[in-house]
Amino acid sequence: MLTYLIRRVINGTITLIVVTAVTFGIFFMVPKLTGSDPALLYIGKTSDAASIEGIRTKMGFNDPIPVQYWKFLKGIAVGRDYANGPDVTHCPAPCLGYSFKTDQEVTPLLLDEIPVTLSLALGAAVLWLLMGVSTGVISALRRGSIVDRAVMSGALAGVSLPVYFTGLLASAIFVYWLGWLPQGQYVPFTESPGEWFVQLLLPWITLAFLFAATYARLTRANMLETLGEDYVRTARAKGLRERTVIGKHALRSGLTPIVTIFGLDLGALLGGALLTETVFNLRGLGWQALTAIRGNDLPVILGVVLIAAFFIIAANLIVDLVYGVIDPRVRLG
Amino acid sequence: MSIGATNARPFLEIKDLTVRFETDDGIVQAVSDSTFSLQKGQTLGIVGESGSGKSVTSLAILGLHRTRSNAKVTGEVWLDDQELVTATDEQVRHLRGGKMAMIFQDPLSSMHPYFTVGSQIVEAYRVHHPGVNKKVARERAIDMLARVGIPQPERRFSDYAHQFSGGMRQRAMIAMALVNDPALLIADEPTTALDVTVQAQILDLIRDLQEEFGSAVIMITHDLGVVAELADDVLVMYGGKVIEKGPALDVFQNPQHPYTWGLLGSMPRLDRDVRERLTPVKGSPPSLINLPSGCSFHPRCPYAGRNGDKSFTEVPVLRGGMHSVACHLPQEDRTRIFQQEVLPNL
Repeated sequence: MLTYLIRRVINGTITLIVVTAVTFGIFFMVPKLTGSDPALLYIGKTSDAASIEGIRTKMGFNDPIPVQYWKFLKGIAVGRDYANGPDVTHCPAPCLGYSFKTDQEVTPLLLDEIPVTLSLALGAAVLWLLMGVSTGVISALRRGSIVDRAVMSGALAGVSLPVYFTGLLASAIFVYWLGWLPQGQYVPFTESPGEWFVQLLLPWITLAFLFAATYARLTRANMLETLGEDYVRTARAKGLRERTVIGKHALRSGLTPIVTIFGLDLGALLGGALLTETVFNLRGLGWQALTAIRGNDLPVILGVVLIAAFFIIAANLIVDLVYGVIDPRVRLG
Repeated sequence: MSIGATNARPFLEIKDLTVRFETDDGIVQAVSDSTFSLQKGQTLGIVGESGSGKSVTSLAILGLHRTRSNAKVTGEVWLDDQELVTATDEQVRHLRGGKMAMIFQDPLSSMHPYFTVGSQIVEAYRVHHPGVNKKVARERAIDMLARVGIPQPERRFSDYAHQFSGGMRQRAMIAMALVNDPALLIADEPTTALDVTVQAQILDLIRDLQEEFGSAVIMITHDLGVVAELADDVLVMYGGKVIEKGPALDVFQNPQHPYTWGLLGSMPRLDRDVRERLTPVKGSPPSLINLPSGCSFHPRCPYAGRNGDKSFTEVPVLRGGMHSVACHLPQEDRTRIFQQEVLPNL
C-alpha cells in the first residue's frame, strides 16, 4: 500500500514535470521561433534598447531555452534570484515568475484566487451530488413515469445549455426579476459566512445544474443496471425491506462508479471554472486564466495550467485510493 | 399430491398459477395455469428446458414478481394455509427468507460484491429476528457456515464472495438461505454453475440439511440425474405449462409425455458408445409471446397429427391420478410407442 502510494506520487510528479515542459515549450519557445520578444511584453514597445536588454538579461531571456526551463523548474523547487548585475530580485519558492502585465509575483497572485475557486467548486459539488444522485435514483425507481421523463428532460437541458446562458438566465430571474438574491461580489468565508453563502448561491446553482444533469443520467443508468443484478434479487429473497434493498444493496454498487467521475470532475473544476467565474465575475483561477490569455500574460497562464494539472493528478490519485476502500475487489499494489 | 384421509391443505399448494409479463414486444405468457402441491419433508423436482417457466414459478411463490410493475400473477399460492398471491407485500416479505427461502443458480452474482459473506448472513438472520443483537447473530452465522461445511468459519465470515471458491460460495448461499430454518426451500439450479465434483457435494448437503431441518424442497433443474437422485415427485414443464407430473420413480420408469421421452433421450449416458450421438428434442423452445396454438409442443412432437389426427389443435388437459399428463395421445398408444420406439433407444 505504501509502495503503491510512493509510486503514484512519483508518477504524478513526473506527469507534472512533463506538463510544465510542454506548456513552457508552447509559450516560450514558439514566440522565440516566430520572432516576438517576451521582454517587450514586460515593458512595452516604446522602451529604449538598453532597458529592453536589461530586462532580457534579468529575466534570463538570453539563455538557451533548456537553461531557461531548468531555472524555471529550480524556481518552483527552491526559489530563484532574477539578477542584472547589482539589480537582484528574489522570488521565493515556489516561484512561478512575474506577471508580464502587473509585474506581480505569480504565486501569491494565484494563491489569492484559489479560495474563490475552491468555494465555488466545493459548494457546487455538494449541490450537484445531492441533486443529481437523488433525481437519478428516483428516475430509476419510477422508470417510464412522468417524474422520470421530467427529470430526464431537465437533465437533457442541463447537459446541452451552456453556463453563460443558464447563468445569465438565472441572474435575470433571481436577481433582477424576483430580487431574491443580491447581485454583488465574492465575500470571503472568513469575513462573513452568511454573505459568502448568499453571494455564491447563484453561481453554485448554475454550475451544479450543468453537472447534476450528467450525474442524474449516470445515476439512473447505474441504478437500473444494479436493480437488475442477481444480488438485489437475493436481498429481496431474504425478506429485506424495500428501503434496505434500494438504499443499501442497490445504492452501494450503483454509486460506486459515481465516485470516479466525481473525483475527476471536482479535480478539473478546482483548476478554475472559467465560464462560471466569468459570468458571475468571481475572481478565481478560471477568471485569472481568461484574463491572462487575453493579455498574453505567459507566466500567469503557465501558473494556472500547472495548478490545474496538479489538482487533476491529485484527484486521480485520491479516487484510486478511495476505490481501494469502497470496492473490496480492488487491491492496490 | 393431496392426502385422501383429511381435507387439510398440503403444506404448499399452487393452483392455476399464471404469470404474465407485459413487454414492448407483447405479452409474455411465462407460466400458464400451473397446479401442483408439496408436503413437508418432501422434495419436488421441476424439470424443463430454459424458458419453460421453472424459475418464474419459483419466483412467483416467493412473491418476487411484485417489484416488477409489468408482471401480473394470478391463481393461488397456499403456504401452510396462508394464501400468498392476494397477501399484502408486507405479509409476503415476512415469509420471504423466513418460512420460505431460495438458493440461486450463480452464487457469485447472487451475493453482494461489496459486503462480507458473514454480514450478508447476519442481515438475513436479523431481519427475521429483530430483537437479536449483532453478537448473537454473528455466532448464528458462523454456526451456519460451519454446518454447511465451510472450514474456519470465523475467518471466512469476514471474507467477500469473490474470495470464496465456487463450491464454498454456494455453501455460503445455502447457509444464508437456511439461517432462519425455512420450512420451504427452493433451489433454482443450485449446481449449474459448479464443477461436477462439487455438484454432488452440494446435492448431498441439501439432502442432509433437508433431513435435519425437515423442510420441503423444490429442486429446479434441467438435469434429470439430479431429480432422479433427490426428488420424491417430478413436475415436467414445457412452454410455461405443467405437462407431466407424478412420483419421481413412476415418471422415470414410465414417462408419458413425448417431451419427457425427449428429455430422457437427450441425457448423456456412460454405458453407451461415446461416438453415439445424443438424441436432442428436435426444434427450439417455443416463443412465450406467440405460443403455438393448441398443444404447444405439437410443432416438435413426432406423434402429433399422425393418421390425420387433428386433436393437437386443442389445448391438452392434465389428466390422470397420481401420475398425470397433458397429451392427446390415447393411453394405449403412448404405452406402445414408449415400449416399442422410445425405450430401446434410451
